[in-house]
Order: sequence, then structure tokens, then C-alpha cells
Amino acid sequence: MPSLLFCGPKMAACGIVISIWGVIMLAMLGIFFSAKSAVLIEDVPFTEEDIRNDKNPPQNIYSLYNQVGINCFIAAAIYVVVGAVSLCQVRLNKRQEYMVT
Amino acid sequence: MGELFRSEEMTLAQLFLQSEAAYCCVSELGEIGMVQFRDLNPDVNVFQRKFVNEVRRCEEMDRKLRFVEKEIKKANIPIVDTGENPEVPFPRDMIDLEATFEKLENELKEINSNQEALKKNFLELTELKHILRRTQQFFDEMEDPSLLEESSTLIDPSDPNRGAPLRLGFVAGVIGRERIPTFERMLWRVCRGNVFLRQADIEDPLEDPTMGDQVHKSVFIIFFQGDQLKNRVKKICEGFRATLYPCPETPPERKEMLAGVHARIEDLQMVLNQTEDHRQRVLQAAAKTVRVWFIKVRKMKAIYHTLNLCNIDVTQKCLIAEVWCPISDMDSIQFALRRGTEKSGSTVPSILNRMQTKQTPPTYNKTNKFTSGFQSIVDAYGMGSYREMNPAPYTIITFPFLFAVMFGDFGHGALMTCAALYLVLRETRLMAQKIDNEMFNMVFAGRYIILLMGIFSVYTGAIYNDCFSKSLNVFGSGWSVRPMFSPQVGGNWTFKTLEDNNILQLDPAVDGVFRGPYPIGIDPIWNIANNKLTFLNSFKMKMSIILGVIHMLFGVSLSLFNHLYFNKPLNIYLGFIPEIIFMSSLFGYLVILIFYKWISYDASTSKDAPSLLIAFINMFLFNYNDPTNKPLYRGQSGLQIFLVLIALACVPCMLVVKTLVLRRQYLWRKRLGTQNFGGIRVGNGPTEDEAEIIQHDQLSQHSEDGPEFNFGDVAVHQAIHTIEYCLGCISNTASYLRLWALSLAHAQLSEVLWSMVMHIGLSSRSYGGAVLLAVIFCFFAILTVAILLIMEGLSAFLHALRLHWVEFQNKFYSGQGFKFLPFTFESILDGRLEE
Repeated sequence: MPSLLFCGPKMAACGIVISIWGVIMLAMLGIFFSAKSAVLIEDVPFTEEDIRNDKNPPQNIYSLYNQVGINCFIAAAIYVVVGAVSLCQVRLNKRQEYMVT
Repeated sequence: MGELFRSEEMTLAQLFLQSEAAYCCVSELGEIGMVQFRDLNPDVNVFQRKFVNEVRRCEEMDRKLRFVEKEIKKANIPIVDTGENPEVPFPRDMIDLEATFEKLENELKEINSNQEALKKNFLELTELKHILRRTQQFFDEMEDPSLLEESSTLIDPSDPNRGAPLRLGFVAGVIGRERIPTFERMLWRVCRGNVFLRQADIEDPLEDPTMGDQVHKSVFIIFFQGDQLKNRVKKICEGFRATLYPCPETPPERKEMLAGVHARIEDLQMVLNQTEDHRQRVLQAAAKTVRVWFIKVRKMKAIYHTLNLCNIDVTQKCLIAEVWCPISDMDSIQFALRRGTEKSGSTVPSILNRMQTKQTPPTYNKTNKFTSGFQSIVDAYGMGSYREMNPAPYTIITFPFLFAVMFGDFGHGALMTCAALYLVLRETRLMAQKIDNEMFNMVFAGRYIILLMGIFSVYTGAIYNDCFSKSLNVFGSGWSVRPMFSPQVGGNWTFKTLEDNNILQLDPAVDGVFRGPYPIGIDPIWNIANNKLTFLNSFKMKMSIILGVIHMLFGVSLSLFNHLYFNKPLNIYLGFIPEIIFMSSLFGYLVILIFYKWISYDASTSKDAPSLLIAFINMFLFNYNDPTNKPLYRGQSGLQIFLVLIALACVPCMLVVKTLVLRRQYLWRKRLGTQNFGGIRVGNGPTEDEAEIIQHDQLSQHSEDGPEFNFGDVAVHQAIHTIEYCLGCISNTASYLRLWALSLAHAQLSEVLWSMVMHIGLSSRSYGGAVLLAVIFCFFAILTVAILLIMEGLSAFLHALRLHWVEFQNKFYSGQGFKFLPFTFESILDGRLEE
């Protein structure tokens, strides 16, 4: 049977920790970007033109906020997947341990 | 908790142990681990002590066990560790143990030597097998007529010897593969190219019987002509440690030999397998009990070492030991002694007898798993003097707090708390794993410190309103831009102003711009303000001074409890009181000024607020005519002059007056004089009633005269202390500014990390940015842990440590005691080696 195991127990644990952290932090960031937090304005990629050519200010900036927020949610989803894979790896590692002993 | 404030009260006690019960009693004392034995025969050589023979036997057993352990480890058999604590064997069982170990060792040695001999034999046979197999090829090639034809035509057609086959001699052998090139060259040079060498590699590595490692070897065969060459070749082979094997000349003989070798190899393999099986069985049986044996033997050795410290009574009936023990544990010691006596079956009880002594007892702070980390922080600076105020209980709060002031970040604090929580919640499992990593063990020992540091960092992070360098706006900022545009309330901004200026400053004096402070911590608006650093620096610097002065004043007040406990009124009146007045009249006043300035100036009057620093410098210069720095309140100059004068007046109190008073007291005591009546010293008071027995020689172990009073020494010592204190007040207060510096550094570093790493991930306008963000976040996480948590955490830890050791503890802590080292089996149980 081809083994699906591709990383050791430490790597898998590291993956779980990073994905828990990533999911929480990126989801929070996503929420804050969707709420148009003023503190995060520096991280929104707007240019001078976005402000100048805005017909209905500040809709341009708001749509950029939403864009970044969605990106954050997608990244959080990626980390959910990473976490699930790491969890499987931990399980497989444990099973391997039992089989050896 | 009470015992944490000072070290345990200790007493010196004499133990009378009946000779037959001594062993059992000491073993019971070792199990409870509450007494420290003193060496009563320090001038007796180690080899002349009473139980040296037993110690030697224990050491011999220990050696045998170590040998067995080494063999077990070599065979890759896991040593069973059940964690049980075996009882100390009786002395009479020692012979049994010795016999067991002796048998085991001999058996193992025999097996090893047999195995080695067999393996050697096996190696030789294998090599011979390879030689016979390979050389067959060489001979076949040689006799191949087509090859012969070809080569001979190449050599010389007119050779007279051609046709008649040469009588060539040959030797065959095996040599290490890495020696082949030199071997070949040597043969060529020595025999002037008159020999013919063929060699072939043996594919599978062979096992070296003595070392047990795998070696690659090659088979060679050398053809030559004549006896002289034969001798030379043999010598060279010898020199290169090649093993030569006899090789029959004719093919049938070779074939026969090969068959014989094969049969022998098979037999030998069987015997070898059986030997290995036997060895495994023996080692596996030993692996089950070797840990228990180790503990037993080491406990016995420790007991005999301890018995060697005791004094042997003249009658040889009992051993006398002197021990330090905590008074609160006298009962359990008595109980242990009774148990020991019962176990040995002796009828005469062992006696514990308290003694009076003038010697300083060792310092013993009882700790549990929570306080031990903090106690070790204090002990690392210096073991506290006996019964001195122990800074550890205060350190439990102040240490994590000062750390957190420098490490204040909500996010980083939460991460640290999670890591520490993992260690704390899993502590039993992690402890059972017995991880041998030094770094991990250090962190694990400090898990409760880290937990508190993390929790406090979360708190200070909330106060600084910093979470991965971003602020959380929970309650809504107190600042508003809108009123700046309405002229009714005094706002003077228009859209034109916005067009013209890059940066504008809000004016809090305009009504409605500043609607009061944020409910908790720093207003989140500062996070995007341009003058954020100016504001935060002023706040953090003042905060460091306030915390520092409070911390130091607390340290000085703790010294009062030391003076009260040791009953030194002089140190209170001429030490503590001037010290605390000096500090509070200068720096305590500064703290009050800081608070005053915070409270009394609001947005409308803040333009006229004087600079605290200048005001404080002017206070020392008695300069009150500075037009740029208005007074903070009326009557400031009078109060300040008064405070400075008081502080100055305290200096001579500490510097000179104390020395003079000490000298007067000494002279007064000397004039009274004492008389010594046969070991009893009687002091004459001013009146008959005050005569008292000052000292009784029989009661004290070592009679020493009171310390001589040396005026010069005392004066110099006092002067140094005073100067150190007064200058220290200034430099230590400045030293607390590191709280500000480190917290600034931490905040800036995390901001840089965000803007250099996380910012890249966020600043994408398409959906592809999500993948980039996921990757970038991984880097962000790793860098956050490596730089901000570990590196910055270590630096903040170090500075918090320094603030405690230098700035806080030198106000009251002398740290000149020595540690109570009880006789205990604990370290033996953990498998650590002593000494």
C-alpha cells in the first residue's frame, strides 16, 4: 500500500500549530478588513487615482477593503486545509508508531 | 506561604545511631531527604575511613553494572524504566548482589570472547571463500588460449622462451580496499614491475570482529617468478596487513576446498546465530532489572559515604552524626529514625539531640513546582543569608510584570501564554518522557514563569493597545476630525487646507475634537498618527520612572523587616530611615510631580505645561528664575529647597554618624569588660544587677571572640555603602528607563515585521493574492516566533533579571548564605550521577 505519510511527527505538529494560528488570525483580519477598520488603511493597496476618480467616495476604497478581506478569508481556508492535512499526518505517524512497536 | 518570606529555621542536631541500626536509619533519612550531614572527620583521609571497604565494593558493583548497561545499549535493547523506587537492600544482601553481578559480568564476557573468536573464524572463512571464487576467474583467464595468443603476440614474437610455459608462483589474499593503490605502487617499485597483480572487489562489506564495524575489502592475487620475488612480495603483504590464504594450484583441488569451506561456513553461521540468541536473552533479562540494580547500588554507596562522615564513638557501640535540619521537620526525622531502628530489629532507639551553635546555618527555602522557578532566579544571584528576607515571593509578581512592560504586545503575549499553557497542562506527561534536550529542560523548568510572563504581556499589550503592532478599536476612539471643520467651535480647517497640507495636527483645544480618554489603554487613533512615537515615548518614559521608583522604594522598605528581624535598631535609625527619606524626597517627589502634571493640565492649558526634566534639574541647581519653565504650583521653590536640604542632610547621617555611634557602643562595652571563670564569661554591668553570663563555652561548639572593632574598616565600609546608595539612587532610576527603551524596541520591531512581510501579502488587488498571503503568513509566523518571541523575549528576560538583581535586590538582599544540601536519594532516582 503506498503510504500517504510525507512528513515526520514534528513537522506535522508544526503544521497544526501554524494552521490554527493562521486560521484565527487571518479570519480576524478578514473580518476587520470587511468592517473597513481605519487602522488597517495602510495595508489596503489604494493609489492616488482611486481617490481622485471615485464617483461615489469612498466606494473605491471600500471595494478594495472587501477585496483584501476576501483574500484573507481564502487564505484562512487554505490554512484549514493545511491543518486538516497535518492532522491526518499526525494520525498516520501515530499508527506507524503502533505498528513498529 | 508563610515560609516563603524567609528561609526555614534550621538547627544543628546530634544523631546517636546504634551501629547495627545506623545503616537502616541513614537509608530512611535519605528517603525523606531533610537532613544535611556534616563531615565530622575532615582531617581523615578518604582511604582511612571506616566504611571505605564497603564503598569500594559498591563502586565495583557500579562498574559491573555500567559494563552491562553499555552492552545493553550496544545491542539496542531498551532499558525498562518503570519509575519504581526500590528499597535499599540490607547490608547482608550485598553479597548476593555482588554474586549476581559477578556471574552476569563473567557470562557476558565469556559470550563476548566466544563470539569474537567465532566471528574471526567466520571472517577468515568468508575471505577464503571469496578468494577461491575470484581467483578461479583469474586462472580461467590465464588459461584461456585466445587471450594467451593475443598477449604473447604483443610481447615479443622472437622470445626464445616462448612456447615453454613458465612456472609462475602466486600468492592470494585479502586487503582493505583503500590500501589497494599504494599496495600496487609499492609492489611495482620494489619488484621492478616483475610481478603481476590482479585484484577484484568483494561487493558486500565484511564485519570486523574486534571493532564490529563494516569494512570493504578486495581480493588480490599476485603472480611472480622465483623465490626471491616471493619473499619480497610476502614481506610487502605483511607490511600492508593483507591476509594471505593458501590457495591450491589445480582447479579440482580448489573446487574441493571451496566445497569444504562452504560447509564449514554454514556450520559456523549456525553456531554464531545461537550465540547471538543467547546473548540477546541474557541482555534482555538484564535490561529488565538493570535500572533497579543501579538505584540499589547507588543508594548503598550513598549511605556508606554518609556513614563515613560520622564520628565513631570510643566504645564502637554507636555512630555520632551531626546534621543540619529544619526545625519544622524534626518530627518526620524522628519518625524516620524510629522506622529505621524497627527495620534493623535493634531495641535501642536512635537519638536526635538538638545542639546550640554559633555557626551560621544553611539557607533552605521550601519550594513547590510553582515557586521553584522564581526561587532559582533569586538563588542564581546569590544564596540568601540565613533567615534574611527572601525576594522570591515578590519576584513572582514583579518579574513577569517588568518583563511584560518591555514585551507588551497582546498577540505575542497570547502566543507565549498558549505555549506555556501547553507545557503546564501536559507537565506530567512531559516529565515522564524524560527529554534529554538541555534547551527544552530549561524552558520546561521555567514553564510557570513563562506562563505568568505571557499573561502579563497580554495585559500590558492591552494597555499599550498593541496586537502584532496594530491597535484594537473596541470602544471607539475619543478623537474626532469633524469639529475641526466647523468654525462655530473654533475649527479652522477647510477643504483647501486638506489640499495644501500633507500632514495636519488635530487641536484638542477645539471643542469636540477630543472627547475624553479611551476607557482602557492607549487610544487606537495613535496607531495611525504621525506623532505616535512622541506621544508614546513621553508616556512610557514617565511610566518607567514611576514603576522604577516604586520598585526601589519597596526594596528599601523590605530592608526594614530585615533590621527588625535581626534586631538592629541602629540600622533602622541611621540606615533605613535616612535612606528612604533620601529617595522619596528626591525621586518620590519626581513621581508625584509626574502624576500632578498628568492630572492638573488639560487640553486648553497644556501649552503652558513646564518640562518636568528641566524643572527637576533646576530643583538641584536652586534655579527658580527660568522664564521658559513656569512653576507647576505655588510655593514650589520653598518645598523643593526644603526637600533637597533634607536629602542632603541624610547623607552625613549614613556616612559619619552611624560609624561614630558604632564606635561609641564598642568602647562602652569594652569598658564594662568581662571576666572568664573557667569557661564561663561573666560581664560586669554598670550595676550589680546587670551582670550576666555572656558566653558559656560548654554550650558553644567553637568558642570565638566577638569580632574586633576596626574603626578604619567600618568607616570605609560605611562610606562605600553610602556613596553606592546615593549614586545608585540616581543611576538606578535611570536604569529603569530600559523599560521604555526595550518596549519601544519591541513595538518598532513588530511594526517593521508587519510592514516588511505581512504588508506584502495583503497589498494585492486580485484573488491570486490569497495564495500569496497564505505563503507570506507562514514566513510572518516563523519570523514572529524566532525574532519577536524568542530573541526579543530573551532580551526582555535578561533586562528584567538585571532590574531584579541589581536595582531591586541590592537595596536589602545580601545573598551571602550557603545552600542547604540535604542527603537525599532523589537525584539517584532520576538517574543523574552525583558529583
